[in-house]
Amino acid sequence: MFCTLNKAKHIFMASIYSIFLLLSFSFFTASTDKIEKITIEQLQAKTIRLENDTLYIVNFWATWCGPCIAELPYFEQAAKTHANKKIKILLINLDFISEEAKVLAFVKKKNLQNAVYQLNAADPNKWINQIDADWDGAIPVTVFYKAGKKILFHEGDITQTELDEKIKLHSI
Amino acid sequence: MKKLIVFLAAAVIFMTSFTKEGGYQVGDKAVDFKLKNIDDKIFSLADQKDAKGFIVVFTCNHCPYAVKYEDRIVALNAKYAKLGYPVVAINPNDAVAYPDDNFANMKKRAKSKSFTFPYLVDDTQNIAKTYGATKTPHVFVLKKEGSDLVVKYIGAIDDNTEDASAAKEKYVEQAVDALLAGKTVATTSTKAIGCGIKWKQ
Repeated sequence: MFCTLNKAKHIFMASIYSIFLLLSFSFFTASTDKIEKITIEQLQAKTIRLENDTLYIVNFWATWCGPCIAELPYFEQAAKTHANKKIKILLINLDFISEEAKVLAFVKKKNLQNAVYQLNAADPNKWINQIDADWDGAIPVTVFYKAGKKILFHEGDITQTELDEKIKLHSI
Repeated sequence: MKKLIVFLAAAVIFMTSFTKEGGYQVGDKAVDFKLKNIDDKIFSLADQKDAKGFIVVFTCNHCPYAVKYEDRIVALNAKYAKLGYPVVAINPNDAVAYPDDNFANMKKRAKSKSFTFPYLVDDTQNIAKTYGATKTPHVFVLKKEGSDLVVKYIGAIDDNTEDASAAKEKYVEQAVDALLAGKTVATTSTKAIGCGIKWKQ
């Protein structure tokens, strides 16, 4: 009798645990099954307009852009190398909003640790100028912001060395 | 020695800024070209005696943005070739870096998408550089004025790459419509995301 009771208790506890596990798992997957969307205004609020001493590094990329994919590991490495510095890297994805699943799969496959956002901006003729008047829309592009100002606009590929040097020069 | 260094530095800065400013602005006279078409013949704008102008599109096979616009480029030619503004497509990409963009694949793509316009290969990339194309797709609308070809519009086809039916501004159509009506083009240059042209090393 005791045994049976004990067994029943075990089964009950196990079920409780499973429910907890399932719940926590579903929360976990819910938070990683989407790519956060960002507008230019929100991006600016997260970078350009922040008058603090953090160096914000904003990289515009897409899964279809070969040179962009090639340089993504440099940003991942930079985040590790300069972990003790006040920097924040934002990887702004320009794939179509409808192709979120593709971006998500890519981010998981490459195990990207930097913050990834999908840009939610309708009219490129408007928003490209909001980033830089000289930029005509070819990617990759990397922009550096600090203390509420754009300090560097880097058009085209960036090397690990270039990235590291710029971070060393502009971050504390 | 110091003077020399200053001079060299100035020269470098000058040359760098020159490269940055390279390419056409609206109002510039564009050069003609002799480029190989997918029918293996050499194509030049001067041979198109009946044209009033051209919709020159730098495009390619591999770029998803260029692919998204293929049907719209075909539609532009269907609408405007008979009105005197045919489409001339030019692929400027380094085919070594992107084998999808090689000449054989250009022929295949033109056939499968039923291109009704020339699809030329800019092997030396000189035309893309001279025009100032930086990405695909990148459009230059040219108008014949006497013996000159004058750049009237530079930029995107419309304002919505992802969804043609959601495009609010059809920039190239607006530009060509204005030229056909003898009016000034209202929006002469626009920006868009595209695949950067892969330059040869």
